[in-house]
Amino acid sequence: MTLRQAQDGAVTPETVGELREIAGRYPQSRSALLPMLHLLQSVEGCVTPEGIETCADMLGISAAEVSGVATFYTMYKRRPVGDYHVGVCTNTLCAVMGGDLIFERLQGHLDVGNDETTDDGKITLEHVECNAACDYAPVVMVNWEFFDNQTPESAVQIVDELVAGNEVRATRGARVCTWREAERVLAGFPDDRADEGPAAGPATLYGLGVARERGWAAPSGEAGTAREVGADQAAKSARTESDVAVASSPADTPDSAEPDGSDDAGKATSSDDTGKAD
Amino acid sequence: MVDMLTPVLSDGWDTERAWTLSAYEDRGGYRALATALGKGQDDVIELVKSSGLRGRGGAGFPTGMKWGFIPQGDGKPHYLVVNADESEPGTCKDIPLMMASPHTLVEGVIISSYAIRANVAFIYIRGEVLHVVRRLQRAVQEAYLAGHLGTDIHGSGYDLELVVHAGAGAYICGEETALLDSLEGRRGQPRLRPPFPAVAGLYACPTVINNVESIASVPCIVDNGPEWFSSMGTEKSKGMTLYSLSGHVTNPGQFEAPLGITLRQLLDLAGGVREGHELKFWTPGGSSTPLLTADHLDVPLDYEGVGAAGSMLGTKALQIFDETTCVVRAVLRWTEFYKHESCGKCTPCREGTWWLVQTLARLERGEGSEDDLETLVDLCDNILGKAFCALGDGATAPITSSIQFFRDEYLAHLRVGGCPFDREAATLFATAGAGAPA
Repeated sequence: MTLRQAQDGAVTPETVGELREIAGRYPQSRSALLPMLHLLQSVEGCVTPEGIETCADMLGISAAEVSGVATFYTMYKRRPVGDYHVGVCTNTLCAVMGGDLIFERLQGHLDVGNDETTDDGKITLEHVECNAACDYAPVVMVNWEFFDNQTPESAVQIVDELVAGNEVRATRGARVCTWREAERVLAGFPDDRADEGPAAGPATLYGLGVARERGWAAPSGEAGTAREVGADQAAKSARTESDVAVASSPADTPDSAEPDGSDDAGKATSSDDTGKAD
Repeated sequence: MVDMLTPVLSDGWDTERAWTLSAYEDRGGYRALATALGKGQDDVIELVKSSGLRGRGGAGFPTGMKWGFIPQGDGKPHYLVVNADESEPGTCKDIPLMMASPHTLVEGVIISSYAIRANVAFIYIRGEVLHVVRRLQRAVQEAYLAGHLGTDIHGSGYDLELVVHAGAGAYICGEETALLDSLEGRRGQPRLRPPFPAVAGLYACPTVINNVESIASVPCIVDNGPEWFSSMGTEKSKGMTLYSLSGHVTNPGQFEAPLGITLRQLLDLAGGVREGHELKFWTPGGSSTPLLTADHLDVPLDYEGVGAAGSMLGTKALQIFDETTCVVRAVLRWTEFYKHESCGKCTPCREGTWWLVQTLARLERGEGSEDDLETLVDLCDNILGKAFCALGDGATAPITSSIQFFRDEYLAHLRVGGCPFDREAATLFATAGAGAPA
């Protein structure tokens, strides 16, 4: 493992503009500090002294205050992260289900310790805490995308593909982007991948499937949303019944906004109309 | 008679492109918003109050009552903050909900914000779930374009801005006041209460903080009425909720059922403990809730039932461990987690969790002595109820309950001078039936 230098080392006017844009989303600008640090990581590969000074100047607080925040949260790194951050959940449930063995195998395979980066700068390996995917244990995260039900072999295969530069898709998520690109999304600048991947994995849908199979449903309500779904009609119910629901929905529900109707509408990479507050 | 499973929030997760606005509206989405905007704000609060909805993030505080604490006509801005920082070990319900149907949450946010007269709302989501952040960002963008968010929503005169805010990796930010500090751009450390957030929350203004599942439950209550909601569940624990089964179970996953279902029933639906093995211990609601055993299979999983059994319903994160699991290893790992995540603000938690790890690690290695068990219990006694927030309390839960139920397993480590279990046998990829403890 080598100590890598922060890259690009300069906060450009463009970045400063985007930092200001983040600050503008909040009633009080200091609330922007966490996303600002995410954005700086996307630009510089980690939190640098320069980045800390930039935030401090912009928010009118001391560099020590910014530094205090940056060192509190585990996602902020003081050393450059590789192109792909590989996080192996080793909290109890995933550890027991195989996470410990996966982590040990990857350490050996990549020849790095915890929170270290491979010499080629491709992979940073870290053991992570519970990532809210316990029904898919053991779980590996690559740039915070879900890789479900892993084994030591499958995890090795993933990192080998990443190192080789091949396209890798998350189990429940999108094509894996770089760590820096992921940090940019977390800063509130969406990329174009929200529509990739499934709505849910098999474990997420397991209970729903059992209910459908047995014809179980919530009681009927005033609006008739919750309805008796017979086992025989379960398969077709989703579509036909929602048509009924649409027909009876209030007229003021706009039907003009269907950005997913066409592939590109609503996917504007500009963040201008996303999540902005006065 | 209500069915054993009652999918409401999860109903529709299996539809084509379920996360999109059009798919959500196809299944009746945003109908409740129109209904709510046609009612007075206090009427919406009253409706949620009378439904009996209680917080789904662990504490079980009545949601409508929380809303009712917001002072009205005080001239200050009000805020709604959604706690989407799902990080309690074992808990995995909010993340799949937001992945599959982010609009359920967004619609809930709009209705709830309207009720408490907030014009700015935040969804504070943990940063480590990139694709869920994307889905939320997209859903919010779609909602703006459709006029569900922004100024003069559907001609009602009501304005709402909604910001998706990604955290940066800190379990403590799931604690509501630490979350507020974090959202203000500070280290995530809990605040002294009172004042409660309802009076002085975000930017010292009246603030409601609710769990994702609580807010996502609001549209269906508005849509179907409070009586419909309270027709499910038990006397004091109303409605349906998401139970998450994980670990050594044949079919892990999400099961949406009326409150009060038992683990025996859920396990039956999930195909039982994995083949060839038997239940050893489980958590009812994440690692901060005391462990239970096979003796507790028939405990009603509602707020009162689990409490009476000596634990807590928590987040309904049912982590199932079979007899191949070493309870000492399991508890040590959770304790290392609490030590790592302790924010450092108060001494009992900061120092106490450090000592808990030292003592447990020694026992796990088969070193130390039986007296260490008394030391552990003593340490826990000095943390429970004496820490600044619930993190410290939670850290003691697996330790005291495991010593209560599995004291002999700790001693077995001392007898054999190490862990008597085979780690491989407990894994997902172990060959079936392998590995009884040596």
